[in-house]
Amino acid sequence: MLYAQILLNGLVLGGLYACISVGFSLVWGVLNVINVLHGSFVVLGSYIAYFAYAHFGIHPFFSIIIAGALLFALGYVVQLGLINRVVGAPVLTTLVLTFGLDLLLNNGMLLAFSADYRSVQLADPLGSAVVGGLVFPLDRLVAMLLAGVLTGLLYLLLVRSKIGRAIVAVRMDREAAALMGVDVKKIYAITFGIGALMAGAAGSLLSLVFPISPLAGSEYLSIAFIVCILGGLGSISGAIVGGIVLGLIQSFGALFIGPQHGLTIAFVLLIILLIFKPTGIMGRRGYE
Amino acid sequence: MKRPVIALIAFAIIACLPLLGDNYLLRLGTMFAMYAVLAQSWNIIGGYAGYPSFATAAFFGLGAYTGAILQGLGWPMPLAWVAAGLLAAVFAGAMGSAILHLKGHYFAIASLVLAEVLLEVTTSWTSLTGGGMGLNLPIIRMSIAAQARLFFWSMLGLAVLTFLMSWYVSAGRIGFALRCIRQNEDASSMVGINTTRYKVVAFVMSSLFVGAAGALYASWVFYIEPPDVYSVMTTIRPIVMTMLGGAGTLLGPVIGSAIFLVIEEVVWRNFLSVHAAVLGILIVGLIFYLPNGIVGAVARRFRKRGAENGET
Repeated sequence: MLYAQILLNGLVLGGLYACISVGFSLVWGVLNVINVLHGSFVVLGSYIAYFAYAHFGIHPFFSIIIAGALLFALGYVVQLGLINRVVGAPVLTTLVLTFGLDLLLNNGMLLAFSADYRSVQLADPLGSAVVGGLVFPLDRLVAMLLAGVLTGLLYLLLVRSKIGRAIVAVRMDREAAALMGVDVKKIYAITFGIGALMAGAAGSLLSLVFPISPLAGSEYLSIAFIVCILGGLGSISGAIVGGIVLGLIQSFGALFIGPQHGLTIAFVLLIILLIFKPTGIMGRRGYE
Repeated sequence: MKRPVIALIAFAIIACLPLLGDNYLLRLGTMFAMYAVLAQSWNIIGGYAGYPSFATAAFFGLGAYTGAILQGLGWPMPLAWVAAGLLAAVFAGAMGSAILHLKGHYFAIASLVLAEVLLEVTTSWTSLTGGGMGLNLPIIRMSIAAQARLFFWSMLGLAVLTFLMSWYVSAGRIGFALRCIRQNEDASSMVGINTTRYKVVAFVMSSLFVGAAGALYASWVFYIEPPDVYSVMTTIRPIVMTMLGGAGTLLGPVIGSAIFLVIEEVVWRNFLSVHAAVLGILIVGLIFYLPNGIVGAVARRFRKRGAENGET
Protein backbone atom coordinates (compact mmCIF):
# COMPACT_ATOMS: atom_id res chain seq x y z
CA MET A 1 0.00 0.00 0.00
CA LEU A 2 2.95 2.25 0.76
CA TYR A 3 4.25 1.73 -2.75
CA ALA A 4 0.87 2.50 -4.27
CA GLN A 5 0.71 5.74 -2.32
CA ILE A 6 4.21 6.72 -3.43
CA LEU A 7 3.34 5.83 -7.00
CA LEU A 8 0.30 8.09 -6.75
CA ASN A 9 2.31 10.96 -5.27
CA GLY A 10 4.94 10.53 -7.96
CA LEU A 11 2.34 10.63 -10.71
CA VAL A 12 0.72 13.78 -9.34
CA LEU A 13 4.10 15.46 -8.98
CA GLY A 14 5.05 14.28 -12.45
CA GLY A 15 1.94 15.79 -14.00
CA LEU A 16 2.83 19.16 -12.53
CA TYR A 17 6.43 18.79 -13.70
CA ALA A 18 5.21 18.04 -17.20
CA CYS A 19 3.18 21.25 -17.16
CA ILE A 20 6.23 23.25 -16.03
CA SER A 21 8.35 21.79 -18.80
CA VAL A 22 6.09 21.68 -21.80
CA GLY A 23 6.48 25.38 -22.63
CA PHE A 24 10.24 25.20 -22.13
CA SER A 25 10.39 22.23 -24.46
CA LEU A 26 8.28 24.00 -27.08
CA VAL A 27 10.54 27.06 -27.13
CA TRP A 28 13.68 24.94 -27.23
CA GLY A 29 12.32 22.80 -30.02
CA VAL A 30 10.97 25.56 -32.24
CA LEU A 31 13.42 28.41 -31.63
CA ASN A 32 16.47 26.33 -30.69
CA VAL A 33 16.78 28.65 -27.71
CA ILE A 34 17.17 27.51 -24.12
CA ASN A 35 15.01 29.92 -22.22
CA VAL A 36 16.75 30.46 -18.90
CA LEU A 37 13.91 32.84 -18.01
CA HIS A 38 11.47 29.95 -17.81
CA GLY A 39 11.93 29.33 -14.09
CA SER A 40 11.29 32.97 -13.30
CA PHE A 41 8.22 32.95 -15.53
CA VAL A 42 6.83 30.11 -13.42
CA VAL A 43 7.54 32.06 -10.24
CA LEU A 44 5.90 35.17 -11.71
CA GLY A 45 2.81 33.08 -12.47
CA SER A 46 2.76 31.94 -8.85
CA TYR A 47 2.94 35.53 -7.60
CA ILE A 48 0.12 36.59 -9.89
CA ALA A 49 -2.00 33.79 -8.44
CA TYR A 50 -0.94 34.73 -4.92
CA PHE A 51 -1.88 38.39 -5.25
CA ALA A 52 -5.04 37.63 -7.20
CA TYR A 53 -6.13 35.47 -4.28
CA ALA A 54 -4.94 37.82 -1.55
CA HIS A 55 -6.51 40.97 -3.02
CA PHE A 56 -9.44 39.81 -5.11
CA GLY A 57 -10.14 36.38 -3.71
CA ILE A 58 -9.67 34.73 -7.09
CA HIS A 59 -8.98 31.04 -6.68
CA PRO A 60 -5.59 30.04 -8.17
CA PHE A 61 -7.36 27.58 -10.45
CA PHE A 62 -9.00 30.55 -12.17
CA SER A 63 -6.00 32.87 -12.13
CA ILE A 64 -4.45 30.50 -14.67
CA ILE A 65 -6.21 32.69 -17.21
CA ILE A 66 -4.87 35.98 -15.83
CA ALA A 67 -1.35 34.65 -15.30
CA GLY A 68 -1.36 32.99 -18.70
CA ALA A 69 -2.51 36.15 -20.50
CA LEU A 70 -0.01 38.42 -18.73
CA LEU A 71 2.88 36.06 -19.23
CA PHE A 72 1.97 35.56 -22.88
CA ALA A 73 2.17 39.32 -23.39
CA LEU A 74 5.50 39.50 -21.57
CA GLY A 75 6.96 36.60 -23.50
CA TYR A 76 5.72 37.96 -26.82
CA VAL A 77 7.33 41.35 -26.20
CA VAL A 78 10.63 39.90 -24.94
CA GLN A 79 10.94 37.65 -27.96
CA LEU A 80 9.92 40.28 -30.50
CA GLY A 81 12.07 43.03 -29.01
CA LEU A 82 15.17 41.19 -27.85
CA ILE A 83 15.63 37.51 -28.51
CA ASN A 84 14.52 37.66 -32.16
CA ARG A 85 17.61 39.74 -32.86
CA VAL A 86 19.97 36.91 -31.92
CA VAL A 87 17.85 33.86 -32.62
CA GLY A 88 20.25 32.43 -35.22
CA ALA A 89 23.38 33.24 -33.20
CA PRO A 90 25.53 30.55 -31.54
CA VAL A 91 24.12 28.71 -28.56
CA LEU A 92 26.26 30.67 -26.15
CA THR A 93 24.76 34.01 -27.21
CA THR A 94 21.14 33.07 -26.63
CA LEU A 95 21.97 31.21 -23.43
CA VAL A 96 23.86 34.12 -21.97
CA LEU A 97 21.25 36.63 -23.16
CA THR A 98 18.35 34.81 -21.52
CA PHE A 99 20.50 34.35 -18.43
CA GLY A 100 21.03 38.12 -18.32
CA LEU A 101 17.32 38.75 -18.76
CA ASP A 102 16.64 36.25 -16.00
CA LEU A 103 18.98 38.13 -13.66
CA LEU A 104 16.98 41.28 -14.42
CA LEU A 105 13.57 39.69 -13.90
CA ASN A 106 14.63 37.81 -10.80
CA ASN A 107 16.20 40.88 -9.24
CA GLY A 108 13.04 42.82 -10.02
CA MET A 109 10.92 40.19 -8.30
CA LEU A 110 13.24 40.17 -5.29
CA LEU A 111 12.84 43.92 -4.95
CA ALA A 112 9.09 43.83 -5.50
CA PHE A 113 8.15 40.75 -3.48
CA SER A 114 11.22 40.14 -1.21
CA ALA A 115 12.80 36.72 -0.79
CA ASP A 116 10.27 35.60 1.86
CA TYR A 117 8.53 32.35 1.16
CA ARG A 118 4.80 32.82 0.78
CA SER A 119 2.02 30.39 0.20
CA VAL A 120 -1.61 30.61 -0.81
CA GLN A 121 -3.76 29.76 2.20
CA LEU A 122 -7.13 28.79 0.80
CA ALA A 123 -10.15 29.74 2.90
CA ASP A 124 -11.87 26.49 1.99
CA PRO A 125 -9.30 23.91 0.87
CA LEU A 126 -10.57 20.74 -0.71
CA GLY A 127 -8.61 18.64 1.75
CA SER A 128 -7.97 15.05 0.87
CA ALA A 129 -10.02 12.00 0.20
CA VAL A 130 -9.22 8.44 1.19
CA VAL A 131 -10.19 5.87 -1.40
CA GLY A 132 -9.28 2.24 -0.86
CA GLY A 133 -6.62 3.15 1.69
CA LEU A 134 -4.93 5.67 -0.65
CA VAL A 135 -4.82 9.31 0.33
CA PHE A 136 -5.71 11.65 -2.53
CA PRO A 137 -4.65 15.25 -1.84
CA LEU A 138 -7.51 16.85 -3.74
CA ASP A 139 -6.05 20.33 -4.36
CA ARG A 140 -2.93 18.77 -5.84
CA LEU A 141 -4.96 16.30 -7.80
CA VAL A 142 -7.17 18.97 -9.33
CA ALA A 143 -4.07 21.06 -10.08
CA MET A 144 -2.57 18.09 -11.86
CA LEU A 145 -5.74 17.45 -13.83
CA LEU A 146 -5.88 21.10 -14.87
CA ALA A 147 -2.24 20.84 -15.88
CA GLY A 148 -3.22 17.88 -18.01
CA VAL A 149 -6.09 19.83 -19.58
CA LEU A 150 -3.78 22.75 -20.38
CA THR A 151 -1.23 20.44 -21.96
CA GLY A 152 -4.01 18.84 -23.98
CA LEU A 153 -5.23 22.25 -25.14
CA LEU A 154 -1.70 23.12 -26.24
CA TYR A 155 -1.56 19.89 -28.19
CA LEU A 156 -4.87 20.67 -29.89
CA LEU A 157 -3.65 24.19 -30.67
CA LEU A 158 -0.54 22.82 -32.33
CA VAL A 159 -2.32 20.11 -34.27
CA ARG A 160 -5.57 21.80 -35.24
CA SER A 161 -5.17 25.57 -35.42
CA LYS A 162 -3.61 27.52 -38.24
CA ILE A 163 -1.08 29.14 -35.91
CA GLY A 164 -0.21 25.77 -34.45
CA ARG A 165 0.45 24.31 -37.88
CA ALA A 166 2.64 27.33 -38.65
CA ILE A 167 4.61 26.73 -35.45
CA VAL A 168 5.12 23.09 -36.35
CA ALA A 169 6.11 24.10 -39.87
CA VAL A 170 8.72 26.55 -38.57
CA ARG A 171 10.06 23.86 -36.27
CA MET A 172 10.45 21.42 -39.15
CA ASP A 173 11.98 23.76 -41.68
CA ARG A 174 12.30 27.46 -41.13
CA GLU A 175 13.18 28.41 -44.71
CA ALA A 176 10.46 26.32 -46.26
CA ALA A 177 7.91 27.76 -43.86
CA ALA A 178 9.03 31.30 -44.72
CA LEU A 179 8.61 30.50 -48.41
CA MET A 180 5.06 29.31 -47.73
CA GLY A 181 4.27 32.78 -46.42
CA VAL A 182 4.74 32.15 -42.70
CA ASP A 183 6.00 35.23 -40.86
CA VAL A 184 8.77 33.41 -39.00
CA LYS A 185 9.62 36.23 -36.60
CA LYS A 186 6.02 36.55 -35.56
CA ILE A 187 5.70 32.80 -35.11
CA TYR A 188 8.81 32.89 -32.92
CA ALA A 189 7.25 35.60 -30.77
CA ILE A 190 3.97 33.69 -30.50
CA THR A 191 5.81 30.47 -29.64
CA PHE A 192 7.84 32.20 -26.96
CA GLY A 193 4.64 33.79 -25.69
CA ILE A 194 2.97 30.38 -25.49
CA GLY A 195 6.00 29.02 -23.64
CA ALA A 196 5.68 31.85 -21.12
CA LEU A 197 1.91 31.33 -20.94
CA MET A 198 2.38 27.68 -20.01
CA ALA A 199 4.97 28.71 -17.43
CA GLY A 200 2.59 31.28 -15.93
CA ALA A 201 -0.30 28.82 -15.85
CA ALA A 202 1.92 26.18 -14.26
CA GLY A 203 3.02 28.78 -11.74
CA SER A 204 -0.60 29.50 -10.78
CA LEU A 205 -1.27 25.83 -10.22
CA LEU A 206 1.96 25.37 -8.27
CA SER A 207 1.13 28.25 -5.94
CA LEU A 208 -1.10 25.73 -4.16
CA VAL A 209 1.60 23.09 -3.92
CA PHE A 210 4.99 24.71 -3.38
CA PRO A 211 6.08 27.77 -1.39
CA ILE A 212 6.45 30.89 -3.56
CA SER A 213 9.72 32.82 -3.70
CA PRO A 214 11.93 34.31 -6.41
CA LEU A 215 14.58 31.87 -5.24
CA ALA A 216 12.49 28.95 -6.50
CA GLY A 217 13.06 29.99 -10.11
CA SER A 218 16.32 28.11 -10.56
CA GLU A 219 14.79 24.91 -9.24
CA TYR A 220 11.91 25.09 -11.72
CA LEU A 221 14.48 25.70 -14.45
CA SER A 222 16.44 22.60 -13.38
CA ILE A 223 13.23 20.60 -13.45
CA ALA A 224 12.45 21.79 -16.96
CA PHE A 225 15.99 20.90 -18.10
CA ILE A 226 15.81 17.42 -16.64
CA VAL A 227 12.33 16.70 -17.95
CA CYS A 228 13.27 17.81 -21.47
CA ILE A 229 16.40 15.67 -21.59
CA LEU A 230 14.70 12.67 -19.98
CA GLY A 231 11.68 12.69 -22.20
CA GLY A 232 13.28 13.99 -25.34
CA LEU A 233 13.18 17.47 -26.64
CA GLY A 234 10.42 19.36 -28.34
CA SER A 235 7.46 17.03 -28.13
CA ILE A 236 4.51 17.15 -25.79
CA SER A 237 4.56 13.41 -25.22
CA GLY A 238 8.25 13.71 -24.33
CA ALA A 239 7.52 16.36 -21.71
CA ILE A 240 4.75 14.23 -20.19
CA VAL A 241 6.89 11.09 -20.08
CA GLY A 242 9.88 13.04 -18.75
CA GLY A 243 7.77 14.77 -16.12
CA ILE A 244 6.25 11.54 -14.86
CA VAL A 245 9.62 9.76 -14.84
CA LEU A 246 11.13 12.62 -12.83
CA GLY A 247 8.17 12.63 -10.43
CA LEU A 248 8.53 8.89 -9.87
CA ILE A 249 12.32 9.12 -9.48
CA GLN A 250 11.88 11.79 -6.86
CA SER A 251 9.23 10.04 -4.83
CA PHE A 252 10.81 6.59 -4.93
CA GLY A 253 14.31 8.06 -4.54
CA ALA A 254 13.06 9.83 -1.41
CA LEU A 255 11.88 6.49 -0.04
CA PHE A 256 14.95 4.38 -0.82
CA ILE A 257 17.84 6.81 -0.64
CA GLY A 258 16.61 9.87 1.20
CA PRO A 259 14.47 12.88 0.31
CA GLN A 260 17.44 15.21 -0.13
CA HIS A 261 18.88 13.13 -2.98
CA GLY A 262 15.92 13.27 -5.36
CA LEU A 263 17.43 15.85 -7.68
CA THR A 264 20.92 14.31 -7.44
CA ILE A 265 19.68 11.00 -8.79
CA ALA A 266 17.86 12.84 -11.56
CA PHE A 267 21.01 14.79 -12.46
CA VAL A 268 23.19 11.68 -12.55
CA LEU A 269 20.60 9.95 -14.71
CA LEU A 270 20.56 13.01 -16.92
CA ILE A 271 24.31 12.88 -17.55
CA ILE A 272 24.18 9.16 -18.30
CA LEU A 273 21.27 9.69 -20.66
CA LEU A 274 23.01 12.62 -22.36
CA ILE A 275 26.07 10.50 -22.95
CA PHE A 276 24.31 7.42 -24.28
CA LYS A 277 21.00 8.61 -25.67
CA PRO A 278 20.82 12.38 -26.05
CA THR A 279 17.45 12.18 -27.77
CA GLY A 280 15.74 11.08 -24.56
CA ILE A 281 13.40 8.25 -23.71
CA MET A 282 10.85 9.10 -26.37
CA GLY A 283 13.40 9.84 -29.08
CA ARG A 284 13.29 12.87 -31.31
CA ARG A 285 9.83 13.68 -32.48
CA GLY A 286 7.93 16.77 -33.41
CA TYR A 287 4.35 17.83 -32.87
CA GLU A 288 3.10 16.28 -36.05
CA MET B 1 56.72 45.28 -29.47
CA LYS B 2 54.62 42.16 -29.47
CA ARG B 3 51.33 42.36 -27.64
CA PRO B 4 51.96 39.36 -25.33
CA VAL B 5 55.17 41.02 -24.14
CA ILE B 6 53.22 44.19 -23.29
CA ALA B 7 50.79 42.04 -21.33
CA LEU B 8 53.63 40.43 -19.39
CA ILE B 9 55.03 43.87 -18.56
CA ALA B 10 51.56 44.89 -17.38
CA PHE B 11 51.47 41.83 -15.13
CA ALA B 12 54.87 42.80 -13.75
CA ILE B 13 53.61 46.32 -12.96
CA ILE B 14 50.52 44.91 -11.24
CA ALA B 15 52.83 42.70 -9.18
CA CYS B 16 54.19 45.88 -7.55
CA LEU B 17 50.75 46.63 -6.10
CA PRO B 18 51.74 45.66 -2.51
CA LEU B 19 54.15 48.63 -2.54
CA LEU B 20 51.14 50.93 -2.18
CA GLY B 21 50.37 49.25 1.13
CA ASP B 22 46.61 49.42 0.64
CA ASN B 23 44.95 46.16 1.68
CA TYR B 24 41.71 46.96 -0.11
CA LEU B 25 43.58 47.41 -3.39
CA LEU B 26 45.45 44.21 -2.70
CA ARG B 27 42.18 42.35 -2.24
CA LEU B 28 40.94 43.79 -5.55
CA GLY B 29 44.21 42.77 -7.17
CA THR B 30 43.79 39.20 -5.94
CA MET B 31 40.22 39.15 -7.24
CA PHE B 32 41.41 40.45 -10.59
CA ALA B 33 44.06 37.73 -10.80
CA MET B 34 41.50 35.07 -9.94
CA TYR B 35 39.04 36.37 -12.52
CA ALA B 36 41.82 36.47 -15.09
CA VAL B 37 42.61 32.80 -14.39
CA LEU B 38 38.97 31.78 -14.77
CA ALA B 39 38.29 33.90 -17.86
CA GLN B 40 41.45 32.90 -19.71
CA SER B 41 40.82 29.26 -18.93
CA TRP B 42 37.25 29.40 -20.17
CA ASN B 43 38.44 31.20 -23.28
CA ILE B 44 40.34 28.11 -24.39
CA ILE B 45 37.29 25.86 -24.62
CA GLY B 46 34.61 28.54 -25.02
CA GLY B 47 36.49 31.11 -27.07
CA TYR B 48 38.97 29.25 -29.27
CA ALA B 49 37.04 26.00 -29.64
CA GLY B 50 33.61 27.65 -29.48
CA TYR B 51 32.20 25.02 -27.14
CA PRO B 52 29.72 26.61 -24.69
CA SER B 53 31.19 25.13 -21.53
CA PHE B 54 29.39 25.83 -18.27
CA ALA B 55 31.75 23.70 -16.22
CA THR B 56 33.93 26.40 -14.64
CA ALA B 57 32.15 26.16 -11.29
CA ALA B 58 32.63 22.38 -11.29
CA PHE B 59 36.41 22.73 -11.67
CA PHE B 60 36.59 25.62 -9.24
CA GLY B 61 34.55 23.90 -6.54
CA LEU B 62 36.35 20.60 -6.99
CA GLY B 63 39.67 22.41 -6.66
CA ALA B 64 38.52 24.38 -3.64
CA TYR B 65 37.38 21.25 -1.79
CA THR B 66 40.41 19.21 -2.80
CA GLY B 67 42.73 21.94 -1.57
CA ALA B 68 40.80 22.44 1.64
CA ILE B 69 40.64 18.75 2.47
CA LEU B 70 44.34 18.18 1.71
CA GLN B 71 45.34 21.17 3.78
CA GLY B 72 43.17 19.83 6.56
CA LEU B 73 45.22 16.61 6.35
CA GLY B 74 48.35 18.66 6.91
CA TRP B 75 49.60 19.05 3.34
CA PRO B 76 51.61 22.21 2.72
CA MET B 77 49.61 24.89 0.92
CA PRO B 78 51.39 24.98 -2.47
CA LEU B 79 51.31 21.19 -2.75
CA ALA B 80 47.57 21.21 -2.03
CA TRP B 81 47.05 23.80 -4.78
CA VAL B 82 48.98 21.74 -7.32
CA ALA B 83 47.11 18.58 -6.35
CA ALA B 84 43.79 20.43 -6.69
CA GLY B 85 44.68 21.62 -10.18
CA LEU B 86 45.73 18.12 -11.23
CA LEU B 87 42.59 16.52 -9.85
CA ALA B 88 40.42 19.05 -11.68
CA ALA B 89 42.35 18.26 -14.86
CA VAL B 90 41.85 14.52 -14.42
CA PHE B 91 38.16 15.08 -13.77
CA ALA B 92 37.92 17.27 -16.88
CA GLY B 93 39.70 14.64 -18.95
CA ALA B 94 37.37 11.87 -17.82
CA MET B 95 34.18 13.91 -18.15
CA GLY B 96 35.32 15.63 -21.31
CA SER B 97 35.84 12.34 -23.16
CA ALA B 98 32.27 11.45 -22.23
CA ILE B 99 30.42 14.69 -22.98
CA LEU B 100 32.47 16.42 -25.68
CA HIS B 101 30.79 14.49 -28.45
CA LEU B 102 27.64 16.42 -27.56
CA LYS B 103 27.07 19.65 -29.41
CA GLY B 104 25.40 22.97 -28.77
CA HIS B 105 22.78 23.02 -26.06
CA TYR B 106 23.36 19.42 -25.09
CA PHE B 107 27.01 20.04 -24.31
CA ALA B 108 26.11 23.24 -22.46
CA ILE B 109 23.64 21.41 -20.24
CA ALA B 110 25.89 18.42 -19.63
CA SER B 111 28.73 20.72 -18.56
CA LEU B 112 26.35 22.70 -16.35
CA VAL B 113 25.10 19.53 -14.70
CA LEU B 114 28.67 18.53 -13.73
CA ALA B 115 28.71 21.34 -11.20
CA GLU B 116 25.23 20.43 -9.95
CA VAL B 117 26.21 16.81 -9.36
CA LEU B 118 29.44 17.80 -7.60
CA LEU B 119 27.47 20.27 -5.49
CA GLU B 120 25.03 17.57 -4.40
CA VAL B 121 27.80 15.04 -3.76
CA THR B 122 29.80 17.56 -1.73
CA THR B 123 26.77 18.54 0.30
CA SER B 124 25.84 14.92 1.04
CA TRP B 125 29.33 13.60 1.81
CA THR B 126 29.38 15.18 5.24
CA SER B 127 32.15 13.03 6.74
CA LEU B 128 34.66 14.27 4.16
CA THR B 129 33.47 17.76 3.26
CA GLY B 130 31.55 18.95 6.28
CA GLY B 131 28.42 18.99 4.12
CA GLY B 132 26.24 22.06 4.20
CA MET B 133 28.09 23.31 7.28
CA GLY B 134 31.08 24.12 5.09
CA LEU B 135 34.73 23.54 5.78
CA ASN B 136 37.20 25.61 7.78
CA LEU B 137 40.84 25.68 6.72
CA PRO B 138 43.79 25.54 9.08
CA ILE B 139 44.96 28.94 10.25
CA ILE B 140 48.24 30.18 8.79
CA ARG B 141 50.77 31.60 11.25
CA MET B 142 51.57 34.81 9.44
CA SER B 143 50.69 38.48 9.79
CA ILE B 144 47.56 39.66 7.97
CA ALA B 145 49.56 41.89 5.63
CA ALA B 146 52.02 39.11 4.79
CA GLN B 147 49.12 36.78 4.06
CA ALA B 148 47.50 39.32 1.77
CA ARG B 149 50.75 39.70 -0.16
CA LEU B 150 51.29 35.95 -0.33
CA PHE B 151 47.86 35.23 -1.77
CA PHE B 152 48.04 38.17 -4.15
CA TRP B 153 51.35 37.08 -5.63
CA SER B 154 50.33 33.43 -5.76
CA MET B 155 47.09 34.23 -7.57
CA LEU B 156 48.85 36.62 -9.92
CA GLY B 157 51.46 33.96 -10.59
CA LEU B 158 48.63 31.60 -11.49
CA ALA B 159 47.17 34.25 -13.82
CA VAL B 160 50.54 34.63 -15.55
CA LEU B 161 50.81 30.86 -15.93
CA THR B 162 47.33 30.80 -17.44
CA PHE B 163 48.34 33.62 -19.75
CA LEU B 164 51.43 31.71 -20.89
CA MET B 165 49.25 28.68 -21.54
CA SER B 166 46.82 30.80 -23.60
CA TRP B 167 49.74 32.25 -25.52
CA TYR B 168 51.05 28.78 -26.23
CA VAL B 169 47.58 27.72 -27.36
CA SER B 170 46.85 30.74 -29.53
CA ALA B 171 50.22 30.73 -31.28
CA GLY B 172 50.57 27.01 -31.77
CA ARG B 173 49.02 24.00 -33.41
CA ILE B 174 46.40 23.60 -30.71
CA GLY B 175 44.97 27.05 -31.28
CA PHE B 176 44.86 26.45 -35.02
CA ALA B 177 43.05 23.15 -34.52
CA LEU B 178 40.60 24.67 -32.04
CA ARG B 179 39.78 27.58 -34.36
CA CYS B 180 39.14 25.07 -37.15
CA ILE B 181 36.81 23.14 -34.85
CA ARG B 182 34.94 26.32 -34.00
CA GLN B 183 34.38 27.16 -37.64
CA ASN B 184 33.45 23.72 -38.91
CA GLU B 185 34.04 20.64 -36.88
CA ASP B 186 33.15 18.13 -39.58
CA ALA B 187 35.42 19.79 -42.11
CA SER B 188 38.29 19.89 -39.59
CA SER B 189 37.88 16.22 -38.98
CA MET B 190 37.88 15.61 -42.75
CA VAL B 191 41.21 17.36 -43.26
CA GLY B 192 42.82 15.20 -40.61
CA ILE B 193 42.48 17.12 -37.35
CA ASN B 194 41.83 14.71 -34.50
CA THR B 195 38.92 16.77 -33.21
CA THR B 196 38.10 14.57 -30.22
CA ARG B 197 41.67 14.70 -28.94
CA TYR B 198 41.96 18.47 -29.32
CA LYS B 199 38.60 19.10 -27.68
CA VAL B 200 39.54 16.99 -24.67
CA VAL B 201 42.93 18.71 -24.49
CA ALA B 202 41.20 22.10 -24.57
CA PHE B 203 38.73 21.03 -21.87
CA VAL B 204 41.57 19.79 -19.65
CA MET B 205 43.51 23.01 -20.21
CA SER B 206 40.45 25.01 -19.27
CA SER B 207 40.25 23.12 -15.96
CA LEU B 208 43.81 22.83 -14.67
CA PHE B 209 44.39 26.38 -13.42
CA VAL B 210 40.74 26.84 -12.45
CA GLY B 211 41.11 23.93 -10.02
CA ALA B 212 44.30 25.43 -8.61
CA ALA B 213 42.61 28.84 -8.34
CA GLY B 214 39.76 27.21 -6.42
CA ALA B 215 42.21 25.74 -3.92
CA LEU B 216 44.03 29.07 -3.64
CA TYR B 217 40.70 30.80 -3.09
CA ALA B 218 39.87 28.35 -0.31
CA SER B 219 43.19 29.04 1.42
CA TRP B 220 42.64 32.76 0.96
CA VAL B 221 39.14 32.98 2.47
CA PHE B 222 39.69 30.21 5.10
CA TYR B 223 36.12 28.96 4.87
CA ILE B 224 34.23 27.39 1.98
CA GLU B 225 30.73 26.00 1.62
CA PRO B 226 29.17 24.15 -1.31
CA PRO B 227 26.74 26.81 -2.64
CA ASP B 228 29.55 29.38 -2.58
CA VAL B 229 32.20 27.55 -4.61
CA TYR B 230 29.81 25.70 -6.93
CA SER B 231 27.72 28.82 -7.59
CA VAL B 232 26.33 29.34 -11.08
CA MET B 233 27.82 32.81 -10.96
CA THR B 234 31.30 31.27 -10.83
CA THR B 235 30.46 29.80 -14.21
CA ILE B 236 28.76 32.85 -15.68
CA ARG B 237 31.25 35.54 -14.62
CA PRO B 238 34.22 34.22 -16.67
CA ILE B 239 31.95 33.88 -19.70
CA VAL B 240 30.76 37.47 -19.40
CA MET B 241 34.31 38.72 -18.79
CA THR B 242 35.60 36.90 -21.84
CA MET B 243 32.76 38.13 -24.02
CA LEU B 244 33.34 41.64 -22.68
CA GLY B 245 37.01 41.57 -23.59
CA GLY B 246 36.71 39.50 -26.74
CA ALA B 247 36.28 35.74 -26.96
CA GLY B 248 38.93 33.77 -28.82
CA THR B 249 41.55 36.50 -28.41
CA LEU B 250 44.65 36.36 -26.26
CA LEU B 251 44.24 39.64 -24.38
CA GLY B 252 40.43 39.82 -24.36
CA PRO B 253 39.84 37.75 -21.21
CA VAL B 254 42.46 39.69 -19.22
CA ILE B 255 41.09 43.09 -20.26
CA GLY B 256 37.55 41.83 -19.73
CA SER B 257 38.24 40.61 -16.21
CA ALA B 258 39.80 43.95 -15.21
CA ILE B 259 36.85 45.97 -16.53
CA PHE B 260 34.34 43.51 -15.11
CA LEU B 261 35.94 43.73 -11.69
CA VAL B 262 35.73 47.53 -11.70
CA ILE B 263 32.07 47.48 -12.74
CA GLU B 264 31.25 44.80 -10.19
CA GLU B 265 33.02 46.66 -7.41
CA VAL B 266 31.31 49.97 -8.17
CA VAL B 267 27.91 48.28 -8.31
CA TRP B 268 28.48 46.27 -5.13
CA ARG B 269 29.48 49.38 -3.24
CA ASN B 270 26.71 51.63 -4.44
CA PHE B 271 23.74 49.60 -5.62
CA LEU B 272 23.88 46.35 -3.71
CA SER B 273 20.19 45.49 -3.98
CA VAL B 274 20.19 45.66 -7.78
CA HIS B 275 23.61 44.17 -8.50
CA ALA B 276 22.12 41.15 -10.28
CA ALA B 277 19.97 43.40 -12.44
CA VAL B 278 22.97 45.54 -13.36
CA LEU B 279 24.86 42.43 -14.38
CA GLY B 280 21.82 41.45 -16.44
CA ILE B 281 21.77 44.82 -18.20
CA LEU B 282 25.51 44.55 -18.81
CA ILE B 283 25.00 41.15 -20.43
CA VAL B 284 22.12 42.33 -22.62
CA GLY B 285 24.02 45.44 -23.70
CA LEU B 286 27.13 43.38 -24.42
CA ILE B 287 25.29 40.98 -26.68
CA PHE B 288 23.56 43.69 -28.69
CA TYR B 289 26.20 46.40 -28.84
CA LEU B 290 29.56 44.70 -28.35
CA PRO B 291 29.17 41.17 -29.72
CA ASN B 292 32.90 40.81 -30.47
CA GLY B 293 34.06 42.33 -27.21
CA ILE B 294 36.38 45.27 -26.69
CA VAL B 295 39.34 43.71 -28.45
CA GLY B 296 37.14 42.82 -31.43
CA ALA B 297 35.68 46.33 -31.63
CA VAL B 298 39.11 48.00 -31.40
CA ALA B 299 40.58 45.67 -33.99
CA ARG B 300 37.73 46.45 -36.36
CA ARG B 301 38.22 50.20 -35.94
CA PHE B 302 41.94 49.88 -36.64
CA ARG B 303 41.23 47.82 -39.71
CA LYS B 304 38.74 50.41 -40.93
CA ARG B 305 41.16 53.26 -40.34
CA GLY B 306 43.91 51.30 -42.04
CA ALA B 307 41.67 50.82 -45.06
CA GLU B 308 40.88 54.56 -45.20
CA ASN B 309 44.57 55.42 -45.19
CA GLY B 310 45.14 53.04 -48.04
CA GLU B 311 47.08 50.56 -45.93
CA THR B 312 46.44 46.90 -46.02
